[in-house]
Formats: sequence, structure tokens, C-alpha cells
Amino acid sequence: MSARPLIGVLALQGDVREHARALAANGADVREVRIPEDLLGVQGMVLPGGESTTMSKLLHFQGLFEPLQERLDSGLPVYGSCAGMILLASEILDGRVDQTSFSRIDMSVRRNAFGSQVDSFESDLDMPVCGDMPMPAVFIRAPWVERIGDGVTVLARISTAAGADRIVAVEQGPAMATSFHPELTADVRVHGHFMTIVRRHA
Amino acid sequence: MSSERVQGTNRVKRGMAEMLKGGVIMDVVDAEQAKIAEDAGAVAVMALERVPADIRAQGGVARMSDPHLINGIKAAVSIPVMAKARIGHFVEAQVLQSLQVDYIDESEVLTPADFKHHINKWDFTVPFVCGATNLGEALRRITEGAAMIRSKGEAGTGDVSNAVTHMRTIRGEIAHLKTLAKDELYVAAKELQAPYDLVCEVAELGHLPVVLFTAGGIATPADAALMMQLGADGVFVGSGIFKSGDPAKRAKAIVEATANYMNPDVLARVSEGLGEAMVGINVSDIPVPHRLAERGW
Repeated sequence: MSARPLIGVLALQGDVREHARALAANGADVREVRIPEDLLGVQGMVLPGGESTTMSKLLHFQGLFEPLQERLDSGLPVYGSCAGMILLASEILDGRVDQTSFSRIDMSVRRNAFGSQVDSFESDLDMPVCGDMPMPAVFIRAPWVERIGDGVTVLARISTAAGADRIVAVEQGPAMATSFHPELTADVRVHGHFMTIVRRHA
Repeated sequence: MSSERVQGTNRVKRGMAEMLKGGVIMDVVDAEQAKIAEDAGAVAVMALERVPADIRAQGGVARMSDPHLINGIKAAVSIPVMAKARIGHFVEAQVLQSLQVDYIDESEVLTPADFKHHINKWDFTVPFVCGATNLGEALRRITEGAAMIRSKGEAGTGDVSNAVTHMRTIRGEIAHLKTLAKDELYVAAKELQAPYDLVCEVAELGHLPVVLFTAGGIATPADAALMMQLGADGVFVGSGIFKSGDPAKRAKAIVEATANYMNPDVLARVSEGLGEAMVGINVSDIPVPHRLAERGW
């Protein structure tokens, strides 16, 4: 693998630039992915934050869904934040009936689980895989993980207002996902962890 | 274990708008239209009493939508629901926050409630988007707490020319700021009628500190792509969809055009056979006192 791995960011909609910045800060070359040809040569993919129903539709409109599914199925490392997490789930709760996902992590994810925008919040999390320093996390109409299968590692949890513990960051093989948006903060350790996964799977 | 949660921060409010980038936000008056918008791939819907073209045609005072309609729209779709409040009408905004809409548009399309003051948007947990025709106006709205800016354009006309003017003006004024020496920014702030610190921030960033969408007169896929190429982060479409011959098809075409704004081949394909566009009015035919973009200051 070259010194700077080439990472694609799905650029159909959402906060593409912010992910590109965090990846570049971790030594990646970044390419925006809109059409199947853009996937050639990418060594990892990021599915950004945005509106998961819109991205799911555009993936099909663009003829990008199947080629990306094939690459992911053959082990391409992938990281999804928020909407990206929903796109990686094996089961979507409170989604639209026609909503599709890549099913790369064995988990059930509930959309907008924390509520509407007035319920969106910031909080610091413990995320040991990224070190001892608390991880600043921004949750925006965020999903959470309600069920995980065998082989899925929990990277972070948060307690809800009701006192329950919810899973908000996970990893399975070459795939990882967060409910929150590390790309909206200056802390680039989550993307750093993803680059470790990319290098491990190269 | 986790630390305390903070809601309604700048990062949470502005971050919400970041998630809408590259997307299309569509004006809807009821649940049925909201579903058509969601099916077409809208990133959010904007609830209002009447679309701008009808407000223009029917006249009268245009106000916040009936909460019953807003609740119906919220129940019908899973994408974010925004709603319009009148300029300065902070009680309409309180009502909309209580209804848990995801964003409030303090909009010149509705009849202003206050001809001097805008809403103090820092008082709210819900984020606000506001219209602007130039950089000074955008920065004044951000100073009042707006977490997202859109060009005003001239709503309800189907004439994109004012949206173009506003986007080019904002972009040009930012480019000019970047050329100024630090000591020249004091006068720039005075001329823009905006706070010095915010002017310095924009000069350094080279863009607004919040997301900049476009609105007002966008009626075709090519209009949406034009505005994206002029530097918009995303698109609001008002009357352009539900005043056209085939709303579902046009809505989907505008979504695809916005995502592929740099690709003329896709634009040509999605522009084909969309049926009647909204008839439209030339902005130059509208007497100045009836131009909505003149509202707000």
C-alpha cells in the first residue's frame, strides 16, 4: 500500500467536506465518489452524515448501490457516521419500507432514536480504542444501535435520558460506524482509528 | 459512562444544516405533498400555509402554518420537517419549537410581523435559517443566531435571476474581504453593518461560518445545478415543484440535478419530459413594493 491510502467519500449528499478534512489530517488521499467509476482504486470508503433516505435513493438513481455493495462484500474497509451507520446496518428500525442498506455490520439501528432536532446534543464519550482522552461527540437526529450480533465489537456507549445504556459506536471486521459526527469536531481520532483498520486490511 | 449533555449549541444547530448539504428542501402545504417530496429524495420539507406563488396570487396576510397541518406532515415523513415563521414573530417561533419542528425559517415569504427587529434566535433550542440578499444581511442574521443562511431570490416567481444575483453578491463580497489587510477590515465591518469579529472570521475562512443554501425562483433541474455551480451548498424549492405539471417527476429530477450539478449529461437526462414548468412571473414585472426580497434588512 502506498504511504497515503486512497479513501473514497460517498458524495451524493451530506457533510462530505468535513470527512475529507478529517481523513486528510490522518494521512489519506481523498476522492469524492458519485458514480461507479469513482470506486476504482479506493482502499476504503466513508459514508458521511446526511439524510439516509436521500442517500439510499441516490445510490440507486446513480447505479452506485450494486458496485459499492460488491466492493464492501469483498472486504473494502468502510466507516459510516450517523446516516452512514444506518446504511451499514443489517436491520433499520423506523426507516422507510423502501430504504435499503449494505448490511455490513450485524446490528439493528433505530433512526432518529434520540428524537427530533431540539433533542440533538453534544457530549463527551469514553472511547478506549481512540485513547484515554474523552471523545467529543455531536449527536444530530442520531440513530442508536439496539441489537448487535456475534462478532460485533462495541466501541462506545451513552446513557439515555431514561437511564438506559445505548450503543453508539461499533466495529465488525473491516467495517465501523458511529451514531455521532466526529467530523464536526477538530478531534480526528475516530478517523485515525478507521485508517488503522484500512492499513490492517490492506 | 458519559458526561453531561448539552442541547441547542452552535455546533448542534449549525451541524444539522451541514447534514442537509447537497440536498433539496421542498415547500409543502400538507402531508400528501410531504410524502411526494420524501419519495423524490428531498432531504427535508418546509411546511407553510400556502406556497409563495399562491401567496402572491391571493394576497392577504401570510402566516405560520396551522399546527394540525404541521403535525400531519411530521407524522407522514421521516425526513426533517422545517416550518416558516414571520420575520420578528417570536411567538410563532415559540409555537413551532413546541411542535418540535427540526428547523425554523424566519421568512420574508410570510408577511413580516415586525418591520424593525428580527427574532432573537439565541433564545431558542431549535435552529433557524434566514434569507439574505448580500453578505451584510447574512452576517446580521448570524449575529442574531441564525445557524443557516439562504439566498432570498424572489420567491413564487419561477424566475431564478434574483437568486443568482444574491449568490453572486454574497460570494463576491466574501472574495473581496479576503483581499483586505487586517486594518482594512474595520471599515469593511462598518460598511457591511456587521460585527467586526464575524467579518474577520469570514475573511479568514473564505466562506460563511454556516451553511449557505439558495432559494427563490428555482423551477428546473438546470436552475438547481446553476445555483450549485455558483457556490450554493444546497437548494430550497418552493412553488417550482407543486405548481408544475408533474410534481413527483420534477421533484426527483431536481434532487438528481443537485447531486450531479457538475455533470451536464445527467442534467440533460433528468431535464427530459418533465411536463409543464410553473408558468412564472418575471421579477422585473413585479412592482418593487410587492417584491418579497425587499423584506428584511
